[in-house]
Amino acid sequence: MPRIVKQKVEFEGRIEEREVVLEGEDLPVWPADARFSVVGTPVTRVDGRERVGGTARYTTDQYPAGMLHGVILRSPHAHARIARLETSKAERLPGVRAVLSHLNVPKIRWFNGASWLFDPELRYVGDEVAAVIADDAAAARDALDLIEVEYEVLPHVLDAEAAIRPGAVLVQPTGNILGGAPERYERGNVEQALARAEVTVALTVQTPDQLHHSMETHGSVADWSGDRLTLWDSTQHIFGVRRQVAVALGIPMDRIRVLSPFSGGGFGSKNAAGKYSVIAALAARQTQRPVRVIFSRIEESQAAGKRPRSLQKIRLGARRDGVLTAIDYWGLSNVGAYRAFPSPLSGPPKELYACPNVRTDTASVFTHTGPAAAFRAPGYVEATVALECAMEALADRLDLDPLEVRLRNYAEDDQVLARPYSSKFLREAYRLGARSIGWERRTATPAQVVRDGTRRGFGMASQIWGGSGSPPAYAEIRFNVDGTAEVRIGTQDIGTGAKTALTQIAAEVLTVPVDRVRLALGDTDFPYSPLSAGSQTIASCGPAVRMAAEEARRHLIDAAASVLEAAPEDIRLEAGHLTVVGVPDRRISVAELTGRMGNFTVTGRGFRGANPNDVTIRTWGAQFAEVEVDTETGAVTVLKVAAAHDVGRVINPLQYASQIHGGVIQGLGLALTEDHVTDPETGNVLDLGFDAYAVPRLPMIPEIDALAVGIPDPIANNLGVKGVGEPPIIPTPAAIANAVANALGIRITDLPITPMKVLRALGRIE
Amino acid sequence: MSVNTAVPIQEQAHRVRLTINGRSQDVEVPPRRTLLHLLREDLHLTGTKEGCGIGTCGACTVLVDGKAVLSCLFLAVQAGGRSVETIETAGTGPDPLLDAFIEHDAFQCGFCTPGQIMALRGLFQRNPRASAEEIRRAVEGNVCRCGAHLRIQAAALDVAAGSR
Repeated sequence: MPRIVKQKVEFEGRIEEREVVLEGEDLPVWPADARFSVVGTPVTRVDGRERVGGTARYTTDQYPAGMLHGVILRSPHAHARIARLETSKAERLPGVRAVLSHLNVPKIRWFNGASWLFDPELRYVGDEVAAVIADDAAAARDALDLIEVEYEVLPHVLDAEAAIRPGAVLVQPTGNILGGAPERYERGNVEQALARAEVTVALTVQTPDQLHHSMETHGSVADWSGDRLTLWDSTQHIFGVRRQVAVALGIPMDRIRVLSPFSGGGFGSKNAAGKYSVIAALAARQTQRPVRVIFSRIEESQAAGKRPRSLQKIRLGARRDGVLTAIDYWGLSNVGAYRAFPSPLSGPPKELYACPNVRTDTASVFTHTGPAAAFRAPGYVEATVALECAMEALADRLDLDPLEVRLRNYAEDDQVLARPYSSKFLREAYRLGARSIGWERRTATPAQVVRDGTRRGFGMASQIWGGSGSPPAYAEIRFNVDGTAEVRIGTQDIGTGAKTALTQIAAEVLTVPVDRVRLALGDTDFPYSPLSAGSQTIASCGPAVRMAAEEARRHLIDAAASVLEAAPEDIRLEAGHLTVVGVPDRRISVAELTGRMGNFTVTGRGFRGANPNDVTIRTWGAQFAEVEVDTETGAVTVLKVAAAHDVGRVINPLQYASQIHGGVIQGLGLALTEDHVTDPETGNVLDLGFDAYAVPRLPMIPEIDALAVGIPDPIANNLGVKGVGEPPIIPTPAAIANAVANALGIRITDLPITPMKVLRALGRIE
Repeated sequence: MSVNTAVPIQEQAHRVRLTINGRSQDVEVPPRRTLLHLLREDLHLTGTKEGCGIGTCGACTVLVDGKAVLSCLFLAVQAGGRSVETIETAGTGPDPLLDAFIEHDAFQCGFCTPGQIMALRGLFQRNPRASAEEIRRAVEGNVCRCGAHLRIQAAALDVAAGSR
């Protein structure tokens, strides 16, 4: 019987209580020593041929007949009011079908009510002014030049520290701190503990704005048929897009079908509908033609979100043996003009280490810059730089091994909620990573000169993150007459390999090869699934797929029992055949059975069970970096990163390793090259596209050793899995920064660590 | 230099004959139409991707007379009389490079992958036994944001080794 239960759900550092429908009892957890034939094996991607061969059709590849092209006019000012907007010349240009703006589009709430879809007040360079819809993109872009706008330019504030000073220009009427005031967490007595500490270290740390730059830019293609809308959207959450677009248009959700069968990367900025989604839908309804609104790469730099720049100050107090007595953490996150949720900077300092006295003061600050969006482990990446660089500074001060200092402060329980962890194998991750990098080769800071002008160093960092997944998530399965199975689930594969891993889970239960299971996703006509973020897709959807397959398996057994004239409990499903126990010749293959039963007669449905109460579920990990620093040029070369993570049972080791590579490489970018630059006077974005914004390319990628602890979580969910999407980016920048500090004996805590900063630290340039 | 004309240019379409994936085709294109948009929007060969549209990412790489070019910076009219190969030709039959990409999990979202494949295909057509250094040079201009770089290199090295 379905029942509604209240469930506390943690998502990217926020805990919320929600009601979820559970359709019955959950399955027991797969035992730790269960033997599998498909799960845990390196199955190549089930959609590999489509993705590499160019036949996969992404949102941007949708060209419905008669489609029009929409392009957006954006604010050239950091803060301005539209005094006059004249679109008639643009509208008269041949090929132009519509111009949308605040003059003719009703007020549609956006950014949780902080703005409108078209807001006459513009709060960053790139804010939406108007949209032109035309027969082709060239005509639409030409028409942009014909829109006449008079801007009343207003004072602006771009820097987070300036924005919180008294008298600062207000970005939002409620004040420049999201939520009204900084958030404080405290346990114990930090001031007293610091005053009494045998040793203290203090660091000021900065991390840059990091752009997502997923290769498929943000965008939607909208196509109405009567009062029903089909929307292709390059999104991490088809159901979220459906809900948001329905609210924006004021129509019931069931009139909208969102499709995202292939998506060209997400990383957090595609967690929600964009203004482009609603603009495409409105324009398509008005023109009675399909409309696409797809960002250019330049818009991706201006208006698609960013990991917000941080300024952090941390003080540690400790005993001479390295045991922590106090953590005092302060962090500002510059979230741009609009943001609904504060950056969860406080997570690592509160929880990573055992410490009786901890205080965190954090604030997310509005400025007249592009809005922030979640970016792969938001807040945790930034705060881990501060915490883990401070830990290594402490080890250096005490002349102790940094790994040993971490082990002396190992947190056995969740000190914030005062309850146990479901599982924690961080020690195993430390051991695996240290062995891979050869940690015993590390010498005390500053490390040895390896040759003239070159120094080598080692550094490490730890990782804490959620990734438990949660309900609600549902899946359905049905058999074709040929014995192949179809799984339907409304999740999305943004490049993670979710489609393959979920297929493996179904194939395992049904005892058939993966090519006998076809899994379809990315369609809101399928059972509900959550957004692909928070490292939760496999941990949320996987248990539902397993349960659907188990139900289909029971139905196969029941059907076989009547055909084979045996009791169901005497039937075994093995290697795609149903056999009467002890009578090997009384058997029928799944294909023969479904052939007799008919199409779609054998089905199953599954749901994601509740999370266990009274435990905290976390992923853990450790990364170790070896670097060389050229003291003549200031160049940092990362030679190797050893990454070991505890994310429970690994469904697919090949794609697990791919996720590790992806996280490490994005972390490498943040550590060394990536820095989204805004002109400090005007707020103009100076790094448009990939020219000035340096994402890592092949020559700078180090050797990466992707290691898995691989011990299933005993209670997290019926598979024993946790997520791996975000964990691998969290410790990388800190580990690299620590390795550079080890090499030089000078700590650079303003990331990215560019050659200029290295030379400045060495006193070679001003 | 950028020219910002308040009044758009009236465009005269040009008639162009070119070979695409072995088939001769006649197309009419405005002078500013890029080869990328001719392929994607007019011919619906959507395997070739637009990653940046300004020649900085390599996602739109195709072969023109066997040479890897950025189709977003290549005007369709320039392709007149030439032979263009896109991922659709690589994707039709068995292909060791595609197989190696799948075996090595040399992609995640797959959006940059056709460009990576075409850059390597151009290299291997010239030199089937390409060295690690040549492979690195062939793909270092291709942005991959998911982080498949090492896998791409490994897949390409496998293909080169298979030709030795």
